[in-house]
Amino acid sequence: MAYDKRLDGRKEDELRPMEAKVGVVPNADGSASFKIGKTWAIAAVYGPKEVFPRFLKNPKKGIIRCHYSMMPFSGSGERIRPGRSRRAQEISMVMQNSLEPVVDLTAFPNSAVEIFIELPQTDAGTRCAAISAASMALAHAGIPMKDMVSSVAVGQVDGAVLADLDYSEEAYPAVVSDIPVAMLHNTKGISLLQMDGEISRDDLMKSLEMAKIATDKIREVQMQALKEYFSTSEDQK
Amino acid sequence: MSSMIINKERIAELISMDKRLDGRSLLDFRQPIKIETDISWTAEGSSKVQIGETVVMAGVKMSLEKPYNDTPDEGGIMINAELTPMSSKEYEPGPPGMKAIELARVTDRGIREAKAIDMKKLCVEVGEKAWFVIVDIITINDAGNLFDAAGLAVMAALKAAKFPVVDKETGAIDYKKKTDDSLPLTKEPLPVTVYKINGKLLVDPTSEEEKAYEARLTVASDSDGTISAMQKGGETPLTVEEVGQMVDIALDKSNFLREELNKSLK
Repeated sequence: MAYDKRLDGRKEDELRPMEAKVGVVPNADGSASFKIGKTWAIAAVYGPKEVFPRFLKNPKKGIIRCHYSMMPFSGSGERIRPGRSRRAQEISMVMQNSLEPVVDLTAFPNSAVEIFIELPQTDAGTRCAAISAASMALAHAGIPMKDMVSSVAVGQVDGAVLADLDYSEEAYPAVVSDIPVAMLHNTKGISLLQMDGEISRDDLMKSLEMAKIATDKIREVQMQALKEYFSTSEDQK
Repeated sequence: MSSMIINKERIAELISMDKRLDGRSLLDFRQPIKIETDISWTAEGSSKVQIGETVVMAGVKMSLEKPYNDTPDEGGIMINAELTPMSSKEYEPGPPGMKAIELARVTDRGIREAKAIDMKKLCVEVGEKAWFVIVDIITINDAGNLFDAAGLAVMAALKAAKFPVVDKETGAIDYKKKTDDSLPLTKEPLPVTVYKINGKLLVDPTSEEEKAYEARLTVASDSDGTISAMQKGGETPLTVEEVGQMVDIALDKSNFLREELNKSLK
């Protein structure tokens, strides 16, 4: 195993330092900020509200829509032109799919819940940070949810199975695989699974087992932030 | 919706008695005023500014480009603004609307026309290569007075910015490494927007107050009182006397904001 020491000195299953906060966008019905290492996602939830365009209206259940956006200065290279790229559109779609299983859509028929995500700075794992932030923002907005969604990338760098790859690991000059995973806490159901790179079946299974532990750690940070918010806002009342 | 109309009239009525819903006097800014820099490691310079509940971020990206033909020995600056749907239910996803374009252009003029950046010092090789600076303003929570918050955020981000490292051999920019060199800033122009509601002049409106305004005047000015950009908005015309009063307020408040800026950047 060549990659036996991580570039930033972390243990194999160790996540980067996390910071979570709820209620960062006062205008929104719910909002949250989630930082993991140098990746930072802010999510704001608006709704339930009327659906536009109208043909998307469903009298049986509501819809949720995600809008993922990297700020133009948030990439580690040149400025990113504003506007929805193909990448941003795909990420928005998979985010939506990852959150839908926990949201009780029947609670808001004919309506939409919109989730807007902005990233001020990134260092890999952006869709995962965005999902973790969005899940907290949904909870903050009081949208009926069955479970919490926590998300992190796992993968393999030159034979080592790791949690929470940063950019320097994704770009490591060897065989690398990057597997963003979102997990529901209670059922351990996987609601986001993508992968690029190369990996064996064994390493994939090891990675997914690691994802269970890693997403549990993220959930702790998410729940702590929600608890802090609700306990302090009650004190103020 | 009807509550909004009552609110608007109530706001105008209060203001005619020199009062505001949140208890401020007409020429008070909201608190807190918080200015943070280096909030984004990927930007060459960045800031987050909070005035009351209004929050905006600004980020500077630099690149090496061929100078324009008419200014072969100068670099350039461009300011862009995005009113994100995250920041208010009034904004929709999609290309920038008129409000975002106006915000970007008024902020841009305040800095460009003051010659706050020495464009000649941005030139690396005459006619061939110069630094171009793009500042993006991103709204996080629009609770009113975006003009002033954006102007403050852009100036803070410019002041905090460091040039990235350029590889001497290839000329390529290594955005992951920054030098210790700051932008050649010569001045610190800041915009202040004075609003007229029910005949009274006030600064730093909330979103509700913005809905009740008759006219507004944004004035960008430097510490020596030089005005570098203005923009009048709103349906009601202003008298010359009113413009004079509004400029006086703006110059005074610009100094106040500059103090806040320099206090935070220490």
